[in-house]
Amino acid sequence: MNSWEIVIGLETHVQLATKSKIFSGASTAFGAAANTQASPVDLALPGVLPVLNKGAVECAIRFGLAIGAKVAEKSVFARKNYFYPDLPKGYQISQFELPIVQGGHLDILIGQGEKSVEKRVCLTRAHLEEDAGKSLHEDFHGKTGIDLNRAGTPLLEIVSEPDMRSAEEAVAYAKALHALVRWIGICDGNMQEGSFRCDANVSVHQPGTPLGTRREIKNLNSFRFLKEAIEYEARWQIETLTDGGKIEQATVLFDPATGETRAMRSKEDAHDYRYFPDPDLLPLVVSADWIERERDKLPELPSAKRQRFIRDYGLSAYDAATLTATLEMADYFEATVRVAGSAHAKLCANWVMVDLAARLNRENREILDATVSAAQLGGLVLRIADGTLSNAIGKKVFEALWLGEATSADEMIEAQGLRQITDAGAIEKLVDEALAANPASVAEYRAGKEKAFNALVGQVMKAAKGKANPQQITELLRQKLTAG
Amino acid sequence: MSLTPSEVERIAQLARLEIAPAELLTARQQLNGIFSLIEALQAVDTTGVEPMAHAQDVSQRLREDEVTHHDEDGTARARFQTVAPEAENGLYLVPKVIE
Repeated sequence: MNSWEIVIGLETHVQLATKSKIFSGASTAFGAAANTQASPVDLALPGVLPVLNKGAVECAIRFGLAIGAKVAEKSVFARKNYFYPDLPKGYQISQFELPIVQGGHLDILIGQGEKSVEKRVCLTRAHLEEDAGKSLHEDFHGKTGIDLNRAGTPLLEIVSEPDMRSAEEAVAYAKALHALVRWIGICDGNMQEGSFRCDANVSVHQPGTPLGTRREIKNLNSFRFLKEAIEYEARWQIETLTDGGKIEQATVLFDPATGETRAMRSKEDAHDYRYFPDPDLLPLVVSADWIERERDKLPELPSAKRQRFIRDYGLSAYDAATLTATLEMADYFEATVRVAGSAHAKLCANWVMVDLAARLNRENREILDATVSAAQLGGLVLRIADGTLSNAIGKKVFEALWLGEATSADEMIEAQGLRQITDAGAIEKLVDEALAANPASVAEYRAGKEKAFNALVGQVMKAAKGKANPQQITELLRQKLTAG
Repeated sequence: MSLTPSEVERIAQLARLEIAPAELLTARQQLNGIFSLIEALQAVDTTGVEPMAHAQDVSQRLREDEVTHHDEDGTARARFQTVAPEAENGLYLVPKVIE
């Protein structure tokens, strides 16, 4: 049986986080009453002219710098012609031959844990364009309702090379891109509201043979749909070819309800967009000065931060990647380390990635909404690191901080006497008491039942209210049981 | 260069123009006339000339990212919709379109 290789390229539409539209002064805020954010320019009333939004250009420049691309000194807007009621001009203003961002790359991490590997995905281009309005097909006595609030919203369409080889890689790329556009503040990343949507070009072939014919899956607005759609499409293409069939180039839609893709239009009736330079807009010139000013505004980028975390804090590549998944997470981690000290960075990383992440996950919250501040967590880590708190009590303190029952680990340690018992004499006393009170367990242990030992540890820990150092208990118990 | 009748039909379809069979010949003649003008332009040797994206050699002016269109109460919308064939609940209504 020959093996098949899946080849995937993504086109991603990123809604830019500007206040106003790309060519008009109407607001881009989500959720306004229909058509109250549609200016004469967005409605394509006669005699209006588009005027380009400087903020949208800044976003594109920043993205270009963040992916190491060439930011074109001169780029051109073109008209992409097609007829649809939510596009009142009869054309979309986009960029065709000379896009503002050319080339670039994104490094992504494939796989989980310490076995994950880095892969470089090259980008073809990213260009500025306007979004269309929305068609509402339901319930207007057989008519379609048109809301043009979204018409003219600035988009950056980011096109990757066909560098991905599995649905997993495509999702890793989409997630890295999603994190990056939020990181550099050019997109709010809200996928439910359509701020970040992907089209996937999928083809299959046998390695060593030319690339197969691709089909384009449109409008995937969640990472799960992206994965499911690619998996279904690739399987369908492989089955079709294995059965002796042929793949026709086509645009397909993914139906989340059935998990299937189906053809929307085939190549024969594919749109002929008749692109040409828009005479209403002059070439966009971006000076070297302007590019440098935008470079100065960029935060430390994820890849640089990742490298620094590995170098300065001794974290593994996987930990560093997890902690730089979002800027908020990275900032939280570093704020924790500032309190606990770099020597305890690994312990901070564990608390942020495991305990804090689990708690956030459970309540479906973002790190910005965490009720334990980074300073509070740093204070807690410090007390665990210096032996004041046992790990078990640490978890209880974390819970109390989360619920607002305490304001700091130190305060709670004093108020509730949580200090870990490390005094050998005190622990020995507890051990002796436990041995005297549980002769049955002692007998069982001596008869070779290891379980009985754990029961004894539990008894001591219970008597110590969880505050004794478990290692010390274990050592003392063994000593006494073997000696006696 | 001369267009075939089916090419004229295709162009009309793309531009959503309804051309009756009787008009097809006239449309074809007119389009071919335009093509002869373009042929004259294409005869000029442009080797080494950088294509221009616009007839004027100036660059795009930009506006600051500010909201200047305010219509929270829908007053402007009501005015715009007086020229729409049909509107309801603030939406423009058009013949049903489902791709």
